[in-house]
Amino acid sequence: MDTLTRRKFLIASGVVGAGALAAGATAYTLKDILATAGDRPADAGTLVLVTLYGGNDGLNTVVPYADASYQDARPGIAYDAGEVLRLDDRTGLNPAMKGFHRLFTDGRLAVVRGVGYPKPDRSHFRSMDIWQTADPVRPGTTGWLGRWLDTAGGDPRLAVSFEPALPPLLAGATSAGAAVPTGARRRAPGVTGFGAEAAGEPPLQARAARCFADLDRIDQMITEVRDAQPDDPDADDDGGDPATGTGGRAELGAQLDLVAQCVEAGVATRAFSVSLGGFDTHADEKQLQEILLGKVDKAVTAFADRMAGRPVTVAVYSEFGRRVRANASDGTDHGTASNVFVLGSGVRGGLHGEQPSLTDLDDGDLKHTVDFRDVYAGLLSDVLATDPAEVLGGWTGRLALTGS
Amino acid sequence: MADRARIAHLLRRATFGPTAEEVDAAERAGYPATVERLTQPADDDPGAPVFPARDSPGKDATREQRQQFNQERRQQVTTAVEWWLDRMVTAEHQLAEKMVFFWHGHWATSAQKVKVARLMLGQLQTFREHGRGDFTAFAERMVRDPALIVWLDGQKNTVKAPNENLARELMELFTLGIGNYTESDVKAGARALTGWTIDRATGTARFVPRRHDRRAKTILGQTGDFDADGFAALVAGEPAAATFLAQRLWFRFASNDPIPDGVRERLSAAFTARRNVDDLLRALLTDPDFPGTGGQLVKQPVEWAVGALRQLGVRPARLTDQQRKQLVSGLNGLDQVPLRPPSVGGWPAGAAWLTTSSLQARLRLAEQFAAWAAPAVKNRLKAAPAAGRTEALARLLVVDGWTDRTRSVLAGATDKPEQLLRLGLVSPEYTVH
Repeated sequence: MDTLTRRKFLIASGVVGAGALAAGATAYTLKDILATAGDRPADAGTLVLVTLYGGNDGLNTVVPYADASYQDARPGIAYDAGEVLRLDDRTGLNPAMKGFHRLFTDGRLAVVRGVGYPKPDRSHFRSMDIWQTADPVRPGTTGWLGRWLDTAGGDPRLAVSFEPALPPLLAGATSAGAAVPTGARRRAPGVTGFGAEAAGEPPLQARAARCFADLDRIDQMITEVRDAQPDDPDADDDGGDPATGTGGRAELGAQLDLVAQCVEAGVATRAFSVSLGGFDTHADEKQLQEILLGKVDKAVTAFADRMAGRPVTVAVYSEFGRRVRANASDGTDHGTASNVFVLGSGVRGGLHGEQPSLTDLDDGDLKHTVDFRDVYAGLLSDVLATDPAEVLGGWTGRLALTGS
Repeated sequence: MADRARIAHLLRRATFGPTAEEVDAAERAGYPATVERLTQPADDDPGAPVFPARDSPGKDATREQRQQFNQERRQQVTTAVEWWLDRMVTAEHQLAEKMVFFWHGHWATSAQKVKVARLMLGQLQTFREHGRGDFTAFAERMVRDPALIVWLDGQKNTVKAPNENLARELMELFTLGIGNYTESDVKAGARALTGWTIDRATGTARFVPRRHDRRAKTILGQTGDFDADGFAALVAGEPAAATFLAQRLWFRFASNDPIPDGVRERLSAAFTARRNVDDLLRALLTDPDFPGTGGQLVKQPVEWAVGALRQLGVRPARLTDQQRKQLVSGLNGLDQVPLRPPSVGGWPAGAAWLTTSSLQARLRLAEQFAAWAAPAVKNRLKAAPAAGRTEALARLLVVDGWTDRTRSVLAGATDKPEQLLRLGLVSPEYTVH
């Protein structure tokens, strides 16, 4: 198979590729996948989306420490000028984010402030649906990266999640990314044969069959990536076992480690989804949030350093920030606009977007200054080289976060 | 098309998944009599269990009591989900139960926001009592359904501060479809719906006249002092409602492909005469295009699981607590848990259920189902001669036949009934129908 044909085959498979598989072509080996590295456009970017579930408190992550109304609104949980890691003379990072501070100083971290959407919803589920579908009016069943996958040909290996279940983010209208648990998965015996399409069967039934072939290819890709890598003693973040059969999410570090292995192996995947939960800090927030942000900082910084020099961009977001005023339990309740972090080698570091006012509020909450779709549009066009309007329902705004 | 295949197709669509014996009986009765039996069930369903009602704890306001209350409230929703799954499996009037599930996906209301099991179950009861007859009366009941009101912020909709959520979805998603109303209809419709609130203590909807907008409204070209009933009756009587309902029912019971013009006209006409849902349903099941829709629907996860449990002789209520938990968590892995639709738009359909992620969940659940299968079912497979076991499996799962591909996969497991069941349940032929 010549390079061009193989590239088309890989990028546009999903439907076509699996059909060819069924017709007798062999499944991909790591060698095939490594060989595709040169087939990707030299600057083909990889996007790693980090979801913080629970609503991370943005005001205690990127802290407007010099604003008197910040200190007034949050007695007991506010950080003062001496505690924060300064970004400028008004803004500082949570003390747990030393690695992010270094990346910021190096010009590799963009901090986008005030990101949100009109008519904010304070339900975790609804708001997360809105963020993942990129539809603030009526979040449907397709995610923005799933719709990108539709336009990119639909091969599930192009969009991979290292989470137990597929996030709505990666579900497209005609295709879906692959959920690959980080732990060793017991493979179901005896089903490989279902992957072959039978002559004359109805299209949906053929598609059900192709799922088996897709699952097999994903299994194979991951197994070979694992086998190709020497065991990394540092991979086991926090000493926790990433394999959990209890539905708990694997640690962020373990997920990102697998992403790094895939990128280094040059697999076809262009978008990865990883996540960390537990940010719903209604009570005794300060200590809890520092632990969680420390995990994010350690895992993401290590990943960014390992990926230095490669066209890999990381974006970190949560479904909402929290209310400006602390509650009576030294915590904060569900709020609205918050920060998005974008980092990587090609990123224009620095502060982006306008810090929302802490006094001109919407029913006690920040008013967003940057529409979240502007951030997505930047990532789609700069990292995934896709027309954002096609994926974001005609949205034309865009925040330029990468390039010079 | 052979008679048995036509009857099996009818039962696969009109029930959650027929047993071989049900197909035998229907074959003896014939197609028309089976449609009659399906669409005209007796009043009581001896198979259907009754939900065990529980008293809500008092609302004393200490933090611990509130937490306790919330925990119990969550537990009640879980109990309600398990209860309904059991009812789906055991109900003898399968089409009646499947229509309740259809309307649940149509007026897609989620316990995620409603939170109170009693309100969710009250809505199911409304589907049961009113979802099969006069559509206008049904729509009038729905606009005052407490769960729907909470779900779409109806209690926040007042003369001073109208909330358009319910009015918009009523027209867009529940009765007319997009393009059959204007933004000014939404605004006026919202004003018609003002004044309904929820009495938290009794879990009932209550009309508060001073919150209602009494002024005249113009909706869909008609001017009058519409209230909730008037607005519901107006939209339910629109010609567009007939077309819309025909499309939605065809989409879930017949085919994910676009409805052919001829079918749409026939079903709309059948509905329009009395604006009766059963008339539409009967027309659908006897439509000349219906038998040709085989293979055009992907079973929704709940349909797949409930059908499998029926065929394997497994009753959820008789499972252990642990097993019931596995059942619900398996459905969660498949992205379809009853009482929790993802949004007011309801669940997706077709290829959206065919992902590598859902396949992994299906593989796990199928393995558990096979292990839970009634001994009699496994024995029946064992009793068949080895060479005939794949056919016995097809009969058990009411699959018309296996492709050569699947036959050769099954051939490797004919000596292990549990394996055979597991493979049959995940086979492409069983996943799609």
